[in-house]
Amino acid sequence: MRIIADIMVSLAQGFYTTFKHLFRKPFTESYPEYKRPLPERSRARIILTRDPGGLERCVACYLCSGVCPVNCISMQAAEDDNGRRYAAWFRINFGRCIYCGLCEQACPTAAIQLTPEFEHITRDLLKIVYEKEDLLVAHGGKDPDYDFYAHAGVLTKLAGKGDHLNENPPVDIRSNLP
Amino acid sequence: MWVWLFGYAVLIVKISLVLTVVLLLAAYLVLMERKLLGRFQVRYGPDRAGIYGILQPIADGIKLILKEDLRPEAADRLIFNIAPAIVAVTALMMFAVVPFGPELSLGGRKVPMVVADINIGVLYVFALSSLGVYGVTLGGWASNSKFALLGGIRGAAQMISYELALGLSIIPVVMLSGSFSLVDIVNAQDGIPFILLQPLAFLIFIVSAMAESKRIPFDLPEAETELGAGYHTEYSGMRFGLFFLGEYVHMQVMGALIAVLFLGGWHGPILPPPLWLLLKIIAVALVMIWVRATLPRLRYDQLMELGWKVLIPAALLNILITGAFIAA
Repeated sequence: MRIIADIMVSLAQGFYTTFKHLFRKPFTESYPEYKRPLPERSRARIILTRDPGGLERCVACYLCSGVCPVNCISMQAAEDDNGRRYAAWFRINFGRCIYCGLCEQACPTAAIQLTPEFEHITRDLLKIVYEKEDLLVAHGGKDPDYDFYAHAGVLTKLAGKGDHLNENPPVDIRSNLP
Repeated sequence: MWVWLFGYAVLIVKISLVLTVVLLLAAYLVLMERKLLGRFQVRYGPDRAGIYGILQPIADGIKLILKEDLRPEAADRLIFNIAPAIVAVTALMMFAVVPFGPELSLGGRKVPMVVADINIGVLYVFALSSLGVYGVTLGGWASNSKFALLGGIRGAAQMISYELALGLSIIPVVMLSGSFSLVDIVNAQDGIPFILLQPLAFLIFIVSAMAESKRIPFDLPEAETELGAGYHTEYSGMRFGLFFLGEYVHMQVMGALIAVLFLGGWHGPILPPPLWLLLKIIAVALVMIWVRATLPRLRYDQLMELGWKVLIPAALLNILITGAFIAA
């Protein structure tokens, strides 16, 4: 008799719980009608950013394409008249990209960045492959003030030895002799 | 001659009416279940096709018909093909004996509001219900897949076990009304519905009915977490659709039987009798959905224990008590 009473009580509790849930407001967010603002650092569509001077940040070092676990990034390095490296062409196959963000971590110039924008789905397979002009944006992304060439001691025609930020002019080692 | 033709015309009208309502209701029962289950789980359920998702059954139907009809290479072709039909047809045929209104007089002739008033209606329903087991078992066997076979075997064992409890639980009802005909049983409930006289029988019947229609606390034949999809694992397209349809029609038949045997059938105030029956079927379906949202699946031994050690003795006891009361 005890057992039957216990069963009845627990059954009633269970049914009452589900009945209560029937009148709760669903948690569901109806997606196309309501778009939840995504966190700034969520990882989706990849962009190529520019430095504060408006020049391309990418120096075509191949680190992103090397670290990419699905090999979806490819490029061709080139050098312009000033001695700055750039990518002659840059291609990301979003059909393969798994949005892991390793390219962003590997990038020494903060050029390649992931954005929260994720609605770039298409039925046309060839449009899934983004070329350099599709990837380039006119801003600096998450780190707008960063300028790789202003800091790194890379020699170009625009800046020689000692011209970079936080860089002293080269020391004449002979003058250091006692 | 003309009278004879008239009878056939009325019969065909009744059959088409019942089939239309039953199939439409089955489609919308699926939607109702999905919506309600969604709300029970604090989400919306399907709401994309049409407003509130009312076109969802149509979209599902189109999808199922257009899907590729796959057949495993090692399957027994003939049996594999007819198994879903057995499930759907037996479920649909059970509706033939369900009365949905009082006798009408049409052109001076009495027209009973039932497709076939058989004097052994209850036995007919149970016979068809037993035949439905063949669809499940043969479908599982003919697929030539271990999961489907296991599902089919479980289906056979479960449905045969619970049919006993199902049959025994309504004997008191038959004793009270003195007839196996569903029409007479409904007429006997003119005053009070049998649920008030036979609450235990009602409880046994509804539990066994859920087991018979393989609803969730008793869905071992299709146990997704264990068997893929159970006996219809290898089915796709409209063949799977027929199994699905059969299941929901079976749910309706069980709802109709509960309404007819315990809730007074079409009896009810104000509203027209067929509507009352419909409302009662939907009410039973709602309870079944609620149960689905609440209870977890039974273990196999628990299932057998409940059937053989609890429901059947309780049903036998109920017969004994009812018999004592009737004799006294």
